[in-house]
Amino acid sequence: MAKIVVDVMLKPEILDPQGSAVSAALPRLGFTFAKSVRQGKRFEIEVDGQPTPAQLAEVEKAAEKLLANPVIETFVVRVEN
Amino acid sequence: MALDTVAVATANPETSQPFAELGLKPDEYARIKEILGRRPTSSELAMYSVMWSEHCSYKSSKVHLKQFGDKAVKTDALLVGIGENAGVVDVGQGYAVTFKIESHNHPSFVEPYQGAATGIGGIVRDILTMGARPIAVMDPLRFGPADAVDTRRVLPGIIAGVGGYGNCLGLPNIGGEVVFDETYLGNPLVNALCIGVMKHSDIKLAKAAGAGNLVVLYGAKTGGDGIGGVSVLASETFESTGPAKRPAVQVGDPFVEKVLIECSLEIFAADLVVGIQDLGGAGLSCATSELASGGSGGMRVELDRVPLRDASLSPEEILMSESQERMCAIVEPKNIDKFLEICKKWDVTVTVIGEVTDGDRLEITWHGELIVDVPPRTVAHEGPVYNRPLAKPEYVDRVNAEVIDVALPSTAAEIKAAVLKLAGAPNLADKSWVTAQYDRYVQGNTIQSQPDDSGMVRIDEKTNLGVAVATDANANWSYLNPYEGAKLALAEAARNIATAGAKPLAVTNCLNFGSPEDPGVMWQFAESVRGLADGCLEMGLPVTGGNVSFYNQTGAVAILPTPVIGVLGVIDDVRTRTPMSFDKAGLELYLLGDTENDIAGSEWAYLHGQRGGKAPIADLQREMRLIDLLVAGRIDKVFVAAHDLSQGGLSATLTEMVLRHNVGATINLENVGQMLISESPGRVVVAVENAKALGALASKFKISLTKLGVTGGDALQINDASIPLTELRKAHTETFPKLFG
Amino acid sequence: MKVGVVTFPGTLDDRDAARAVDAAGATSVALWHKEADLKGVDAVILPGGFSYGDYLRCGAISRFAPVMEKIIDAANGGMPLLGICNGFQVLCEAHLLPGALTRNHELHFLCHDQRLVIENTSTAWTSSFTKGQEVVIPLKNGEGSFQCDDPTLAMLEAEGRIIARYVGENPNGSRNLIAGITNERGNVVGLMPHPEHAINPLTGPTADGLGFFTSVLKAMVK
Repeated sequence: MAKIVVDVMLKPEILDPQGSAVSAALPRLGFTFAKSVRQGKRFEIEVDGQPTPAQLAEVEKAAEKLLANPVIETFVVRVEN
Repeated sequence: MALDTVAVATANPETSQPFAELGLKPDEYARIKEILGRRPTSSELAMYSVMWSEHCSYKSSKVHLKQFGDKAVKTDALLVGIGENAGVVDVGQGYAVTFKIESHNHPSFVEPYQGAATGIGGIVRDILTMGARPIAVMDPLRFGPADAVDTRRVLPGIIAGVGGYGNCLGLPNIGGEVVFDETYLGNPLVNALCIGVMKHSDIKLAKAAGAGNLVVLYGAKTGGDGIGGVSVLASETFESTGPAKRPAVQVGDPFVEKVLIECSLEIFAADLVVGIQDLGGAGLSCATSELASGGSGGMRVELDRVPLRDASLSPEEILMSESQERMCAIVEPKNIDKFLEICKKWDVTVTVIGEVTDGDRLEITWHGELIVDVPPRTVAHEGPVYNRPLAKPEYVDRVNAEVIDVALPSTAAEIKAAVLKLAGAPNLADKSWVTAQYDRYVQGNTIQSQPDDSGMVRIDEKTNLGVAVATDANANWSYLNPYEGAKLALAEAARNIATAGAKPLAVTNCLNFGSPEDPGVMWQFAESVRGLADGCLEMGLPVTGGNVSFYNQTGAVAILPTPVIGVLGVIDDVRTRTPMSFDKAGLELYLLGDTENDIAGSEWAYLHGQRGGKAPIADLQREMRLIDLLVAGRIDKVFVAAHDLSQGGLSATLTEMVLRHNVGATINLENVGQMLISESPGRVVVAVENAKALGALASKFKISLTKLGVTGGDALQINDASIPLTELRKAHTETFPKLFG
Repeated sequence: MKVGVVTFPGTLDDRDAARAVDAAGATSVALWHKEADLKGVDAVILPGGFSYGDYLRCGAISRFAPVMEKIIDAANGGMPLLGICNGFQVLCEAHLLPGALTRNHELHFLCHDQRLVIENTSTAWTSSFTKGQEVVIPLKNGEGSFQCDDPTLAMLEAEGRIIARYVGENPNGSRNLIAGITNERGNVVGLMPHPEHAINPLTGPTADGLGFFTSVLKAMVK
């Protein structure tokens, strides 16, 4: 079942203390691969049938208005199968 | 698997049932069959198994807890006693205060944040269900050694959970404890206390009365939280997909509970409920059987009407679910529309799930088929009663005979080192790292909170009437002498109320022990209860209710016996309370009470690896005179400040007093080592302007008085030792940030 | 003089804000989030708490409440509006104020008595103070870090729209120690610390918070 996914991330210039905390914790657990970590949010939206371009446009508006705070966040809308 | 109905159970008496996996003994299973006249259905089996568990039925503790009722002092102040969701006391001016303490130990070990969060959520609902607005919480917490890896795993999550849930509910955290000891490694203790206030006429009880009245479930939807072992029954209903085990941990949503509180209070104000019960341990099983038992005895519930978060739950799972933030009310039909309207205003899910009947059975149906048909009292109140064997453990006499030979400070250098060592010890160090994660201000009525001796809340903004609460336990003393240990903890909590000048009124308790199957532990428990009951009788303080937590042990090693005693007191005018410390120079400092050689069980002895010796013997008559003195002294305005002594002795008390407002003191002590280190009970340090008035009080109440010194300066000076406040503050405040970051 | 205090589901400090309003000499009026009706009040306070449990983002859902439509209109017309803590978060989400409040830099909820310096005494809510006055008011939140982009920060500084700053160590990571800001007109103020908890030394660290509430009385008289 396809779904519409919205990924929301803090803008690069915004302080992300949660991402920093994760990035500090990884090496303590023996994981040394990360140069940096940023933490974001993911919304999964189910619609009837296959998502249409019109629906995707609506989701973009919804993301701009509610799902993300454009003052400090950016978002990407896509379809996942 | 087909639904196991009453009809099926009657027709198939030989069906094998997993009663042992559900924690029931063969004789208990047999008794259920005897009660019902047939084998139980799987839903009934689930209900009995969880309601007859130690946690819900108190089967190992009942015979001992009876003493709280038998030895109870007769008092008009007790409006609701043991047996209801929480006790209620009259505090004057038409106000009633309800308070209770409970444990959530094992879940917090498994999932620290949610275990602690739902512990707060549960105790708050117990208070709400009495008809009160919850007004404050406290959290006595106990952990393994401060530097242990597992302590670093559980402590931050527990603190975050207590704060995360309590703050979001809008309840100020007005006190608690943070104690470290090897004994709690693997068995952290998370005890949570809540206080609520209401008018006498608002008191609500858990009873389903009036045939035809509606049984209404409201709050969160029901999911698979906390089902744990009951999945044994339900697992047969699942076909494929492997071990999709239901979570044993409850997950809380404090926003839902906050809305539930406001919605419920509006419902109470409109007088729309006949009876009410919150859904805590054992969820619907408990709520339905308790409400039915409390009323005429008859109730019929259509279980399929319960709103679900997870449509795949079986009836057994729904009955056992410990999903949080749910309440069950009994509502007269004429009031149901208004009830539903208030729920709609707050967007709270609400469903009529049944009605009170004029029979004496609790009947539960699932899509029209009868799956439960039991006498409710047998589920909720007539569970097994064990008379567990008890035997004084061999360690007691051996350990009591040990001689403490720890060196006590005498030179200036030794005094300074000792004071700094105690100031920085995890059990005595500054706890701001913890308490800054709690909102102490919300509701705008907090008069005292950490690090004061007691939490104090104003309950009437016009008259300034207030209540104070303190919790205390001393596992070291309870280990050495459980009878005296309980009495001493009671005395300490009462004294903590009195230092601010409030009058102790009632008691709650959270009894944390090891396995009741261990006769030595059972002996510790029995002695502790006996000590607490005797102590309460002598002090004239009723036990209003409490909680027992058994099985706090790892393998065969039980925790030290840890009975936590909570005392509630009242003060007619919070503006006249005696503060904990002084903020000016030139005051005289005195010690009230006698100092003996009570090094055994002290923090100093513990830090030097010595846990043996004899606990002090409680002198409750003297404690009561001291309490009366402290209350009289507040009323007569004799004290500028008063702070009691406990763990860490005089050293800790002086440290805390000088650092509070950054005003030092010059102290002169004879027999300085014992004076600084001993933890003799029944002592308070006071700061006064008028020593004569203090002397008169001490004479009147026959309490010893020892001059300590004067306030002032930028150091704590004890005999020849001079400890700059900056150095003392550093030692006191750096411990927690260093340990927990 | 009537000051409305809004209650959203999960609001916690509404009764405390009302108490502060009454203590300042005005009359508090309870406003319910679902009702688009300001009941003739002269000013509005959005109090602290965890409205909607801080779901999605703090204040993100509250900003769309029916009462907010009326509030936004009135604020655009000059009505004094104060957002405290969660209220500040709602004002930023509603774009009545610039920037946003994010997670405290040390990731813990922090409750302590915070020293502030009042820098702008021309707003409807700060005229009772003197410029540069230091006050002590409780700070208690988990998401109090004021963030905005560089141009916004430059504008706020240049226009003197930072009404209060934290004194001493930065408690939450806020840019330029910003504790509170105002809009261009000076009628809308957002403040992270809780003045309603500092109206009486009996129950708070000081009575310094009362000034915010007495200020608006003067604004309404004008």
